[in-house]
Amino acid sequence: MSCNDCNKVGDPRYDELQVYIDSLRDKPHFESYLIAVLHRAQGLFGYLSEETMNYVSCDMNIPTAQIWGVATFYHFFNLAEQGKHTVSVCMGTACYVKGAAEVLETLKKELGVEVGETSADKIFTLDEARCVGACGLAPVMMIDDEIYGDLTPDKVVAIIKKYREKAKGAA
Amino acid sequence: MTTDQITIYINNKQYQIKKGQTIMKAADSLGYHIPRLCYHPKLSIEGACRVCIVEVEGAKSFVASCAAPVVDGMRIRTNTKAVRQARRDIVELILDNHPQDCHTCERDGNCELQRLSSSMGISERFFEGQRKHYEQDISSKSVVRNPNKCILCGRCVRMCSQIQKVTNLGLAGRGFQTVVMPAFDQGMEDSVCVNCGQCINICPTAAFLEQGHSEAVFDLLNDDSLVKVVNVAPSVRAAIGESFGLEAGKNCEGQIFASLRKLGFDYVFDTNFTADLTIMEEAAELVQRVTTGGVLPMITSCSPGWVKCLEQFHPDMVAHLSTCKSPMSMAGAIIKTYFAGKISVDPKKMVNVGIMPCTAKKYEAARPEMNTNGNISTDYSLTTRELAWMIKSAGIDFVNIKPEEPDNPIGLSSGAGVIFGATGGVMEAAIRTAYHMITGKEMGEVKVEAVRGFEGIKEAALDVDGMEVRVAVAHGLGNAAKLMDIVKKHPEKYHFIEIMACPGGCIGGGGQPYPMTNSIPLDEKSLAKRASALYNSDDANELRRSHENPFIKTLYEEFLGEPLSEKSHKLLHTHYQQRGPNGIIPKEIEPLSA
Ligand code: SF4
Ligand code: SF4
Ligand code: FES
Repeated sequence: MSCNDCNKVGDPRYDELQVYIDSLRDKPHFESYLIAVLHRAQGLFGYLSEETMNYVSCDMNIPTAQIWGVATFYHFFNLAEQGKHTVSVCMGTACYVKGAAEVLETLKKELGVEVGETSADKIFTLDEARCVGACGLAPVMMIDDEIYGDLTPDKVVAIIKKYREKAKGAA
Repeated sequence: MTTDQITIYINNKQYQIKKGQTIMKAADSLGYHIPRLCYHPKLSIEGACRVCIVEVEGAKSFVASCAAPVVDGMRIRTNTKAVRQARRDIVELILDNHPQDCHTCERDGNCELQRLSSSMGISERFFEGQRKHYEQDISSKSVVRNPNKCILCGRCVRMCSQIQKVTNLGLAGRGFQTVVMPAFDQGMEDSVCVNCGQCINICPTAAFLEQGHSEAVFDLLNDDSLVKVVNVAPSVRAAIGESFGLEAGKNCEGQIFASLRKLGFDYVFDTNFTADLTIMEEAAELVQRVTTGGVLPMITSCSPGWVKCLEQFHPDMVAHLSTCKSPMSMAGAIIKTYFAGKISVDPKKMVNVGIMPCTAKKYEAARPEMNTNGNISTDYSLTTRELAWMIKSAGIDFVNIKPEEPDNPIGLSSGAGVIFGATGGVMEAAIRTAYHMITGKEMGEVKVEAVRGFEGIKEAALDVDGMEVRVAVAHGLGNAAKLMDIVKKHPEKYHFIEIMACPGGCIGGGGQPYPMTNSIPLDEKSLAKRASALYNSDDANELRRSHENPFIKTLYEEFLGEPLSEKSHKLLHTHYQQRGPNGIIPKEIEPLSA
């Protein structure tokens, strides 16, 4: 096994990542830029795959166990491929009291996933959120930047259907 | 009074101490043992568990004594009602999400958490916390990971990265969800783990354990259709007594041989004999490499943790490893060929068990390269701890048993064989025989002081009848990594290198008894005591050199021919692989030159 094995030649995203890492290489405490590098990698690939983490490990000479520690510590990092849309259900107190759990259950069933997972058709990733500041509309979910309030299971199903059709139409 | 002295008060008593140390260190030196958990003197300070809190006058809250430095005039209290209560609460909170199954736990009676909780006077459990439930990782041949027992002190993580430089373990996730695991949550088997077992030794609980084989061996011992053979590694005798409350450094070989017969083994052998055999082959290999322009430096290959470490982190260097099998695997090869022939038994009807200070030996035993004529050479490899448990479980009175001798022909050994167990021992033993092979003469002084002791990297330039032989010794994989850096920069610097994966060599192996109440893992004082048991045994032996062992001579005359013969090559030598396990950090690597 050599370093060449993880030179993902041909994928311009790795070239870009490489340029970024190289631009940091001479800074003091180069390794402390790990989070920034992972951030950039996620920007390029949408999530952090084992392959990407191995690449960063190799290039920055940081053991993968440490990279894995950082990647799993910060909620921000995605460890699996993300869907086209992120559905976040607000689990803040107000939403919870007004039935967020039921909304979440409906979404799990409708999308066939658990929290943090992506649907088989790669259209939706299901997520939980802390209070999004729309308590008046509770229970609330967000799809990307859009807020949907006063939800019932039926409304949830209808909204998902709309997104799904649109995504399929575009494809 | 010099200026680096300061005055502190502990529990209202005044002391003059050196400045620039932590409260805990100062207290230790003054005879106050502050309870602790995440702290270990050889590892970086984490300050995570807060068990070590003390009261400091003027401070707003309790102070973690492992991290806070002493200051002139400081008034410290270690045992007030408030601090005792707070400490107890901290330990109770740890206990809350720890399983309450002490009576079925492998570390019952030998667990730091148990000791801590009893020293806090915790007699009831008030909180019932949320309990974690994780799958145990039993994928590895050597090391079992059980996150359910983990209290997140982080000692294993620091051990694996700071002392061993393997960095297989990390803390993944956050908060209640935090788990100690290899990268990508992969099984230990697929990880970069080298099976050294040091995480087992350093863990305060049973969150890491060896893959246990004692029950399987009990089953074999009850099978009358099999011929049961066992061999005991050098360093086991120097440590097993600790499991029975004996002082560290007592050589218990006679008790071990006697106990193994009582357990039901038919032939009780000594791995020291095959240590002598390893020296014959390895010294001959060194001489051959030096005289014929072979790959140098030659590096020892008897530590299976080190072998895997080199295969995966220095794959460009596999040609440097001696092709000699380890004493355990040589024992298996000789037992299942030469010895099977002597007693006219089909090797398939024999089982051979190795008693080893090591967890990585389980991995070595399972490597197919170690097989002999299609038979597994070592059917099971047990750790010192497992043997101690079997002896207890079988009701054998180890402490008072009458010592016995091992059986021959794989019993008698020279002093060179026994010192294998301490760092520098293989080197010293090899030099004694290589000297003879090169010069035809014997060394006057057999001791090679320069390679003894616990210095991380030891070097010596030896005068072999006018020829200079330069050697180096490293123990612990962190030191090995440093030594490999030197070798890569200066390929001509050494002829011969000994590396042992564990700090101290085999005496500090990952399968050795857990530290007792009054000692800690990696403690050099207890390691030195174990080492002295081996060096004393060497001193007391009339035979000091492997090539003087009469049974070794007979083995070559009757069976092998000479060192490096075709037969030796077939039975006693092996080959290695360049590995690239998932989760590795590949450094710049030169391709292997054919
Ligand atoms: S056995 Fe050794 S290499 Fe493997 S995880 Fe434990 S300390 Fe690390
Ligand atoms: S596995 Fe053991 S040593 Fe490692 S963090 Fe958990 S309790 Fe501490
Ligand atoms: S021992 Fe000091 S914080 Fe853990």
